Amino acid sequence: MVKVLIPGALRSYTGRSQLQADGDTLDALFADLDRRFPGLRFRVVDEQGQLRPNMRIFVNGIGVRDLQHGLRPDDFVAVVLALSGG
Amino acid sequence: MRPSPKPASTARETASSRRAPVSGQRLVILVATRKGAWLFHGDARRKTWVADGPHFLGHTISHVQCDPRDGRTLLAAAKTGHLGPTIFRSTNLGRSWKEAQQPPAFANTNDTLPGRSVDHSFWLTPGHASETGSWYAGTSPQGLFHSQDGGGTWQPLASVNDDPQFRKWMGTVQDGTPDGPKLHSVIVDPRDPAHLYFAMSGGGVHESHDAGGSWSTLIQGMEVVEGFDAADVSFHDPHCVRLCPAHPDRLYQQNHCGIYRMDRSGDPSADRWQRIGRKMPKRVGDIGFPMVVHPRDPDTAWVFPMDGTTVWPRTSPQGRPAAYITRNAGRSWQRLDQGLPESQAWWTVKRQAMTADAQATPALYLGTTSGELWIGHDEGARWSNIARHLPEIYAVEVAALR
Repeated sequence: MVKVLIPGALRSYTGRSQLQADGDTLDALFADLDRRFPGLRFRVVDEQGQLRPNMRIFVNGIGVRDLQHGLRPDDFVAVVLALSGG
Repeated sequence: MRPSPKPASTARETASSRRAPVSGQRLVILVATRKGAWLFHGDARRKTWVADGPHFLGHTISHVQCDPRDGRTLLAAAKTGHLGPTIFRSTNLGRSWKEAQQPPAFANTNDTLPGRSVDHSFWLTPGHASETGSWYAGTSPQGLFHSQDGGGTWQPLASVNDDPQFRKWMGTVQDGTPDGPKLHSVIVDPRDPAHLYFAMSGGGVHESHDAGGSWSTLIQGMEVVEGFDAADVSFHDPHCVRLCPAHPDRLYQQNHCGIYRMDRSGDPSADRWQRIGRKMPKRVGDIGFPMVVHPRDPDTAWVFPMDGTTVWPRTSPQGRPAAYITRNAGRSWQRLDQGLPESQAWWTVKRQAMTADAQATPALYLGTTSGELWIGHDEGARWSNIARHLPEIYAVEVAALR
């Protein structure tokens, strides 16, 4: 299990901001999240399997865009919106 | 919800109407904005409007449509600035919404064409009256999608989205307008669910007679910007195409290069778009975004001119907003500005942000990018404001409730 931070914009799906989820890669993690919270994955990952341009993921504080990035137990995955305005 | 009042006994029938128009129905205006959606419920005289919203505050809503087949189901095309796109559906006039299980998404990349990602659903069109639950969506980047279950799941039309010729005409996202290239003006012939049209801003007008299995172009007579080759479909920039509901062989188009009309003859090779915008006053021009057609009279249509000179301000010419009406299929046009601001009003009305209701004497409705919602009573003869201070308005539709 890894710890996941969900941004405010996606809390309508999860009901809370901090949760635990399963996956040995980010891709597998989003598959797990989508099973539990249908529709969440497509708001973050597009149909070609790419992280959407204005979304950012930090694994243990390091920015990652490759969804094949491997995860280890107790990793901290933060899903955030890129800073912007308007 | 209050029941609809019985039609008033003053309902008027014109010689050209096939269905008796009604008066006194309860109408709802569906306003899609950059920061949410609003419903405005009208009284029977269309004088008092009650705001219901925001729905999806903070979400970019490109289009909200009411299903004319049941007069109550709403679909809203939504995204946020960061999140991916989706479609929401309500069966209780917006009291609650459910997200589509499978919103429009392009098929996976194949070997010959690079994979694309839907940025947002831009245009929603209810399907034919005989096909309950059928809907079409046009997206940005350009794609055409079909739902058969009332908007819950959407299937891509490979005949458009993955066709090498269409993809060549579409170009890439970089070839499009800064907001992203759009597929819009999805039209279903009321006589035939297999007869479809759509247009692309940069990509021309296209027609199918087999429910989207195959397509042919419909650009004869349309002009392109000087310097571009009119024989190249990708240089054609229709802004909005509309079909006359009561006379579906007539189409009107607001194009980047003017206002056009086409009358289908039965022989597609003979059909040509005619530039009826040449009859507009030169000082105003015939550039604009929206095109509105009368629900019953094929000779009547409305446009909302914008400044297309030099850098294309896209604002009201000379800062004086006005709609223009033709009642003779474009042979002449009259200015309609009573009640609209007379100076220093630099309005932009997007292509989906002007519409007409289907009452005995239709009223027009428009929404500006500066967040104002207006009604034009008596076919646009007298304008009054319904709401100000809304976010940037993307689309305005009006529906009769049941």
